[in-house]
Amino acid sequence: MSEGEPGAVPRPRPASLADLYFTFNRLALQGFGGVLAVAQHELVERKGWLTRAEFVEMLALSQVLPGPNVVNLALMFGDRFFGLRGALAAVGGMLVVPLVIVMALTAAYAQFSHVPMVAGALRGMGAVAAGLILATAAKLAGSLRTSRLGAPLAGAFALATFATIALLRWPLVGVIAGLGSVAVALAWWRTP
Amino acid sequence: MSVFHSALSSADLLGLFAHFLVLSLLAVGGAITTAPDMHRFVVGEHHWITDAQFSASIAIAQAAPGPNVLFVAVIGWNVAGPLGALATMSGTLLPSTMLTLFATRWGSRRSETRGMRAFTAGLAPLTIGLLVATGWLLARPYVDGSRAIGALALMAISIAVMMRTRASPMWLVGLGAVVGALGWI
Repeated sequence: MSEGEPGAVPRPRPASLADLYFTFNRLALQGFGGVLAVAQHELVERKGWLTRAEFVEMLALSQVLPGPNVVNLALMFGDRFFGLRGALAAVGGMLVVPLVIVMALTAAYAQFSHVPMVAGALRGMGAVAAGLILATAAKLAGSLRTSRLGAPLAGAFALATFATIALLRWPLVGVIAGLGSVAVALAWWRTP
Repeated sequence: MSVFHSALSSADLLGLFAHFLVLSLLAVGGAITTAPDMHRFVVGEHHWITDAQFSASIAIAQAAPGPNVLFVAVIGWNVAGPLGALATMSGTLLPSTMLTLFATRWGSRRSETRGMRAFTAGLAPLTIGLLVATGWLLARPYVDGSRAIGALALMAISIAVMMRTRASPMWLVGLGAVVGALGWI
């Protein structure tokens, strides 16, 4: 955005594919219960590879696209600096080591799941995980107030999605195709 | 039993892979929003794992460092070992990754167009509805259990702390582990 401004200092950028890989590895390994907050801290504040506005823009796109948000973000970020190889380096850094760790934990859990304390600890963590997801939903629900659909209609779509998926157990494909296309059409109609 | 022994037939593994392939492209708002449909498929329809195993899979991924999407690999592992993990993880990542790579260059130049803005605005409420559905389905096994009060209290504390403070979720996950190990849930 400010590239053409006089006196602008050259922006820091990842030095190499290895730099990209290890930066994403580092931020993934710090992320317990989610990586997004750590990614923002590392990429924007610590490394200065993105401005805050660029990060938000990239995050918005990664949320609109299907797939895990932080994986999409890593893909976009790597692609921006080193093309396809960069995208693969960033995603590899984010997934490979954590995948090995979580598989090791899963295998270990299978051996110890009959120990009441281990099973209990996991039940406790599971209840917290449910709470964390509900809290994230509650936080993001505030953004519906400024929805192009208008708050009541946006709320109704959220509620209808919840009811069809959680209570009626309809398949997701039908819900997204049905409710989603109506919502997008209404948003199109209300967009200037 | 060999590490690569799978509880599922090749046809079932392929079905698992195919189901996650489709879900990948529907995971608007993150992989976790497709958890209810994964649950419907592997627990409800095929009975490959139990309700409790499904919740435990997500808890294990949450307790480990890294992106939340790894819960998909844990579910695959619990269904059919390493091959199951490979099926669910590659199914989840391949389509969305390719789409993202193509769409990024195309979409970033059109982020201000009417179509793109309508697409974002229209799907946002669905994303939030799906997150609530996910939280609901994950909470169910604990709320139905004999020690529902402890679980409900733990969930309420988690929500309150996340809403009102900037504390890392890591501490809450730790608290959950301690409370659970003591047998209060």
